[in-house]
Amino acid sequence: MNKFDKLSGIAAPLPLINIDTDMIIPKQFLKTIKRSGLGVNLFDEMRYDDDRNEIPDFVLNKPQYRDAQIIVAGDNFGCGSSREHAPWAIADFGITCVIAPSYADIFYSNCFKNGILPIALPQEQVDVLMKDAEKGANARIEIDLEAQTITSSDGEVFTFEVDAFKKHCLMNGLDDIGLTMEKAASIDSFEASASQARPWV
Amino acid sequence: MSPKTLYDKIWDAHVAHEADDGTTLLYIDRHLVHEVTSPQAFEGLRMTGRKVRAPEKTIAVPDHNVPTTLDRANAETMTEDSRIQVEALDTNAKEFGLHYYPVSDVRQGIVHIVGPEQGWTLPGMTVVCGDSHTATHGAFGALAHGIGTSEVEHVLATQTLIQKKSKNFKVEITGKLTPGVTAKDITMHVIGETGTAGGTGYVIEYCGEAIRDLSMEGRMTVCNMAIEGGARAGLIAPDEKTFEYCMGRPHAPKGAQWEAALAWWKTLYSDDDAHWDLVLTIDAANIAPSVTWGTSPEDVLPITAAVPAAKDFKGGKVDAAKRSLEYMGLTEGMALTDIKIDTVFIGSCTNGRIEDLRAAAAILKGKKIKDGMRAMIVPGSGLVRAQAEKEGLADIFKDAGFEWRLAGCSMCLAMNPDQLAPGERCAATSNRNFEGRQGRGGRTHLMSPAMAAAAAITGKLTDVREMM
Repeated sequence: MNKFDKLSGIAAPLPLINIDTDMIIPKQFLKTIKRSGLGVNLFDEMRYDDDRNEIPDFVLNKPQYRDAQIIVAGDNFGCGSSREHAPWAIADFGITCVIAPSYADIFYSNCFKNGILPIALPQEQVDVLMKDAEKGANARIEIDLEAQTITSSDGEVFTFEVDAFKKHCLMNGLDDIGLTMEKAASIDSFEASASQARPWV
Repeated sequence: MSPKTLYDKIWDAHVAHEADDGTTLLYIDRHLVHEVTSPQAFEGLRMTGRKVRAPEKTIAVPDHNVPTTLDRANAETMTEDSRIQVEALDTNAKEFGLHYYPVSDVRQGIVHIVGPEQGWTLPGMTVVCGDSHTATHGAFGALAHGIGTSEVEHVLATQTLIQKKSKNFKVEITGKLTPGVTAKDITMHVIGETGTAGGTGYVIEYCGEAIRDLSMEGRMTVCNMAIEGGARAGLIAPDEKTFEYCMGRPHAPKGAQWEAALAWWKTLYSDDDAHWDLVLTIDAANIAPSVTWGTSPEDVLPITAAVPAAKDFKGGKVDAAKRSLEYMGLTEGMALTDIKIDTVFIGSCTNGRIEDLRAAAAILKGKKIKDGMRAMIVPGSGLVRAQAEKEGLADIFKDAGFEWRLAGCSMCLAMNPDQLAPGERCAATSNRNFEGRQGRGGRTHLMSPAMAAAAAITGKLTDVREMM
């Protein structure tokens, strides 16, 4: 997994609440058996018309946001299905950080498995960064995961919360499975006692 | 011992390791696998030379992509990419030695219907699947939730999941439902109250007289949509109905093991003085047959209401409602019962069980669907389909003008050929009314099977109570 440490980038504003995983990556692109290549279909139905032409008004089609590395969005980002294709598409597009007031649970967890940092901030602070994002290439937002800070283009600094274990994994690009396998003895002993207590499982 | 909720009890019984910061390795008793969210996970195992730790606890069934038309045995009805995904599941299930129900097996169906039907889902278990509607299994008092593909790989390799504990949310539905109001209306009504993010960070336990009165099928409908309220999982304490449902199922315990299991299952309830982080109480008498008007499952109204105006809302919901109304092609103030319907879809892991089909058949018996209406019933599993045929329900549906399909997820998420055309308006018993969910530009109104059946007859959203 790619490490996440510091980022200074352009942010694309998506001022909508309840952006769901069907919007992020519609179901017709879930038929892949790979993780890569989904960036071109990120927000597909908002991004392209019926003839596959780009819809110029959509934020990621605007010249100043084509290289965006951050999304700023409304409440409950990533609600809906568990499809990890959503963070795969986001990462494949080149976005490694999302800023929103809140996230759906499964999406939030999926981000950390794919080198994406989802940051939850109070609405007022998201509003400030949304305005920043609307300035396009004239405004770079800086994120420092180690220090847990976001700096707006005007130099305003916000701090954010992140789970210590998730932060550690993201900063070091660690593979969860490898870490868990180091605890195999605990799993073995749990299995042995559970099979005594609940042999029907 | 300090009092515990049902969630606390199941959690505590599955902690394989706990770090100082509360990060827990939670042991997983049942892992359900389908073709869409698993190929990358199996590929990950191959690339790292890892094995499936507990293949005997891992159950695979193709459901999302499979055609539901009667000619599906002919692979030409599947698109190439769908066929590759189903074949990949076939290969992975055999190579890694999983319990497998292929398309050709009569027991095949939607993974969340097959699990309980075959007795894989039992009270007190931890159940996960790479699908958000895994919440369904909470109806048995099992801690069940959706996971992403990386976590699917993690569970395959380690039979555990890295978790932090959620908070406890009690949703109590007091009193009795009125005629025409179903489990679907309960769960939609709750989401209407909490919003789609109201359950984020919580595990919900549904309780109260109206929940106890529900059948197991109804309880599965309620828990199924816990995720639509943002909750990690939905739970209902097991009781005699639960035990009766489980008894004799192919993978349920037998004999002395059954007795031992039953003794433990009977301890699975929230203690009287357990701590709740949040409580919501709803009087069942205040729940009406419900429908959605917008593009979020929280956009719920009683069928007797009118389409709202965007300005009725606050904050970000004003713009969201404006966008929803435009997408749905609705004008504020129009009666919901004036909304004309093109298509009716009855099925899905929310409402594809036998009781759902019985409810639809009770309304459709001796009736015809509106001229020009496209209507389909997609049973949740091959066994549901067989049961419905045995009970004569299939004949009622066919006589009414419904297509009678084979089992699968079908038009709930439209990954197979069952899709809406742009602008096509559908009365659906599924769980999500997102933009494009049932096909690009398609318009979805969520409701119960009885309400969907009523809409099929009249050609518009209809208060089913007028047809009872």
